[in-house]
Amino acid sequence: MGELVSKIPDGPLAQKWTKYKSSVKLVSPANRKKLDIIVVGTGLAGASAASSLGELGYNVKNFCYQDSPRRAHSVAAQGGINAAKNYQNDGDSVYRLFLDMIKGGDYRAREGNVYRVAEVSNDVIDHYTALGVPFARDYGGTLDTRSFGGVQVSRTFYAKGQTGQQCLLGCYSSLSRQVKKGSVKMYPRREMLDLVVVDGRARGIITRNLITGGIERHSAHAVVLATGGYGTIYYLSTLAVNSNASAAWKAHKKGAFFANPSFVQIHPTCVPQLNEFQSKLTLMSESLRNDGRVWVPKSKGDKRPANGIPEEERDYFLERRYPAFGNLVPRDVASRAAKERCDAGYGVGETGLAVNLDFRDAIKKQGRKAIENKYGNLFEMYKTITGKDPYEEPMRIYPAGHYTMGGLWVDYELMTTIPGLYAVGESNFSDHGANRLGASSLMQAAADGYFILPNTISNYLADQIRVPAIPTDTPEFDEAEKGVTEILNRLISIKGKETASSFHKRLGKIMWDHCGMSRNEAGLKKALGLIRELREEFWQNLIVPGSVDELNMELEKAGRVADYFELAELLVMDALNRKESCGAHFREEYQTPDGEAQRNDAEYTYVAAWEFTGEGKPHKLHREELKFEEVEMKVRSYK
Amino acid sequence: MKFTLKIWRQKNAEAKGAFVTYRVEEISPEMSFLEMLDALNKKLAAEDNDPVAFDHDCREGICGSCGMYINGHPHGPVPAVTTCHLSMRHFRDGETIWIEPWRAKPFPVIKDLIVDRSAFDKIQSAGGFISVNTGAAPEANSIPVRKKDSDEAFDSSICIGCGACVAACKNASAMLFVSAKISQLALLPQGRVEAKERVRAMVEKMDELGFGNCSNTGACEAECPKEIKLTNIARLNREYYKAF
Amino acid sequence: MALAGLFLLLFLPVHLIINLMLLSNDPEPFNRAAHFMASFPLVKIFEIILILALLVHAAWGVYIQICNWLARPTAYASGNKAPTVFFSKFMIWTGLSVLIFLVLHFFNFYFIRLGLVPGDPKDFYSVAYTLFSVPAYNYIYLFCFALLGLHLYHAFYSAFQTLGLNHRIWSPVVNIAALIYSIVIPLGFAFISVAIWQFR
Repeated sequence: MGELVSKIPDGPLAQKWTKYKSSVKLVSPANRKKLDIIVVGTGLAGASAASSLGELGYNVKNFCYQDSPRRAHSVAAQGGINAAKNYQNDGDSVYRLFLDMIKGGDYRAREGNVYRVAEVSNDVIDHYTALGVPFARDYGGTLDTRSFGGVQVSRTFYAKGQTGQQCLLGCYSSLSRQVKKGSVKMYPRREMLDLVVVDGRARGIITRNLITGGIERHSAHAVVLATGGYGTIYYLSTLAVNSNASAAWKAHKKGAFFANPSFVQIHPTCVPQLNEFQSKLTLMSESLRNDGRVWVPKSKGDKRPANGIPEEERDYFLERRYPAFGNLVPRDVASRAAKERCDAGYGVGETGLAVNLDFRDAIKKQGRKAIENKYGNLFEMYKTITGKDPYEEPMRIYPAGHYTMGGLWVDYELMTTIPGLYAVGESNFSDHGANRLGASSLMQAAADGYFILPNTISNYLADQIRVPAIPTDTPEFDEAEKGVTEILNRLISIKGKETASSFHKRLGKIMWDHCGMSRNEAGLKKALGLIRELREEFWQNLIVPGSVDELNMELEKAGRVADYFELAELLVMDALNRKESCGAHFREEYQTPDGEAQRNDAEYTYVAAWEFTGEGKPHKLHREELKFEEVEMKVRSYK
Repeated sequence: MKFTLKIWRQKNAEAKGAFVTYRVEEISPEMSFLEMLDALNKKLAAEDNDPVAFDHDCREGICGSCGMYINGHPHGPVPAVTTCHLSMRHFRDGETIWIEPWRAKPFPVIKDLIVDRSAFDKIQSAGGFISVNTGAAPEANSIPVRKKDSDEAFDSSICIGCGACVAACKNASAMLFVSAKISQLALLPQGRVEAKERVRAMVEKMDELGFGNCSNTGACEAECPKEIKLTNIARLNREYYKAF
Repeated sequence: MALAGLFLLLFLPVHLIINLMLLSNDPEPFNRAAHFMASFPLVKIFEIILILALLVHAAWGVYIQICNWLARPTAYASGNKAPTVFFSKFMIWTGLSVLIFLVLHFFNFYFIRLGLVPGDPKDFYSVAYTLFSVPAYNYIYLFCFALLGLHLYHAFYSAFQTLGLNHRIWSPVVNIAALIYSIVIPLGFAFISVAIWQFR
């Protein structure tokens, strides 16, 4: 593969998208009917892409592993969705949103992409409102907003602590409408196990029917991946336990470059791990930091109950270290600060791996009712999980793996390095740089699916109108199916002693310990060795009961974990390669004297896009240099 | 903690199922119900036995995947939680726990505790949407919505589509599910435009799929993990009469 | 279902008021009222509607129940423990019991009037007294009214729900009215039977 071409249009930043749209090739309505598009995933990006493409008149086939598209993990996003509406008259604008994202991402995202997302953010809000998404409103009937971490304006639209659910159900409703119309056909309980490339173009996928175990072939003129992130590589994370990277990874192995895999966001406010059987860490929305104050005791190992520790013996460490932003610093900063305190021995709770998030002052000032209105359901959830009442005593929180900024490399058109293969939402790498700001994931996923992809995909499909429906009885499909079957049979015939989950848990621990919130060369190198050893053991000692041709959840898990071993290695490689600290990627060797991240702009202002060169061979690094024409690169400071 | 589990095992949709007794030990009271089943499954799988199949995903009570009928209650005996959030501390040490799949004609068993809930998707695609194309939306603040209506619409919209209402209802009625969506959209001006077509289409689909009728016992409301209110059903009825 | 039921709910108090006249020593008022009910044209129309309502209510109820049973082909081994108003789950059984009683009741009174069954349609007062002197009839009568009460309690407020008539303020009032209605009406009928049986 040659040079990476990002295809960013020329011209002033604010004109790029408009210019692109007015010059892009189009497909006439009559021709759209003849074109098939596969969309994998039904989250905010997938469902919105599928429904919008269906509205345009393409034949869409939409896949998800869940039993219903409404269950994709976008449903769990809590806090909100950003838009540059400036309804609050607080100086917000498209440009300001763009700036915040570029800065929040620590100057490791493309200017053109980020500006475009900011630009269409307002359309997203309009569209959701029209779809009946019940965003919070003011008494006058207009939409309300709240402020979110890392910014100084109030631009986050929300529906209590269930914004993701409401947005997803909005997408699901528009998807349902297309299903009724017949322009989208749903394939639930299907897992994509390979991408089919014909003559260098993405032409189909191989799926496994999770009920019957049957291997199926699906073809199309273009394939869109909206398969989310790979946060479950840490085993314990805020993601759905079945979330996985397999679809993206298979596409990677077929030629799609994987960009910045080590950019993983660790979310600061999660319910800490309570026991070793735990399968998941639950996120407590970042919005809680609007009113909650984060603190630990001033003296080491102080095990008094939180309410018994007097004010002067509390260390509000975020307010202390970052007076300008206080508790509202970006996620990576907050996570690391919490880790720093816990590592130094100031953590609370039995494990010492937690900090307090205290609402005492907010309740005193605003009244319990006001706090209940804003966070009622989150408080309830916390109480359900822990049995403790956050109205009475502080919440305990600790960081957990949450969002992956890295993903499949895409150009301005959201096309990967395989022609005809697109990646949208979290599965691509494009808009968040090295760190994502709160409430930007819903915005980006919906922007990609509703407003960007439908406009860019025609540029590719315009040349495809003479290509008849892609047959599935070709050697390419045969070979892909054969590969899939081989792997499944191999997994099931190991007949060792240890379950896939157990391996996953061990892999997760390696990743968390050595490639989590902070990394160093020795640790990363050690992790590489450990991953390879464990992977070896996996292929020797895995046990998958049952057979291939039936509903077999252990087999599903095993396949996902097998892919994670490979991705884990690449993730560590990428972290090793990037000898700087930026955003969520914190290399201990590269920090300022007061412990802040130190970028190396001269050498690392690039996107690291990794090419798969064959089983057992090292990945090849391609650099896409990032050019900052509009923004001056500064040290990201929240002090 | 130790438990005796009586779990419905059924190889596939065609097979005849039966209850199988399992014993689990060393369960910590902090574990969730699904984590308790994970522990059982880990043991089963390590011995090359078929683990108990159940739907689950987010494990934070919002995706609606999980759902099993535990000791006479969908999602177990604790009100307002999903199975993934049901903590083992609510059970007595040594207790016998019955675990069954949702039982309803429109929700056939696929395997063990997994049922086919695609009927809900069919009802949704019959009319559970507002017909607006991408790009056609007016400015969000151009249609003010009374806060009270908007909040009420939100309260109805938080349904997670888990099917507990159907499972709890002695008639296997889907009225609470349907009414939640109808209410959400009926309460918003955006949704009023096609309110009549929507309610007729959704109710018709619901009946066609073989769900039972509402006889107002209130079991759905009592067992709904998201506490969706019965008043939604009254609104559904009202909307339905108005639609003719 | 709900409409027919509500109509039946309206009829019961009228019936009770007429029955209360049984407590008088003079058979005349009761018999006159019974005769009036049997002959006044407007009442005749109501009677037809009432019979229709009853038939629709019963037939529809049975039909719905069968649909509902079909909707759950496999019962739960651990039962259904949803916390609900207990008898709301047994409307078909309380309803059918009341229906059986009604058949008996029709044999005793209504069919006499129609001439289907021998007896004097002019003197229902005596018929009632004769019946209430039989202890077994009283036991059945009291039992059926107890069931009717349970049926009515759920029926009253759920009819409003089915008709979509819920309201923040009025629905709780309806619930209280349902409770009062479902106690007072059956108690009224029961009182008459016990009074005649025990004290006359």
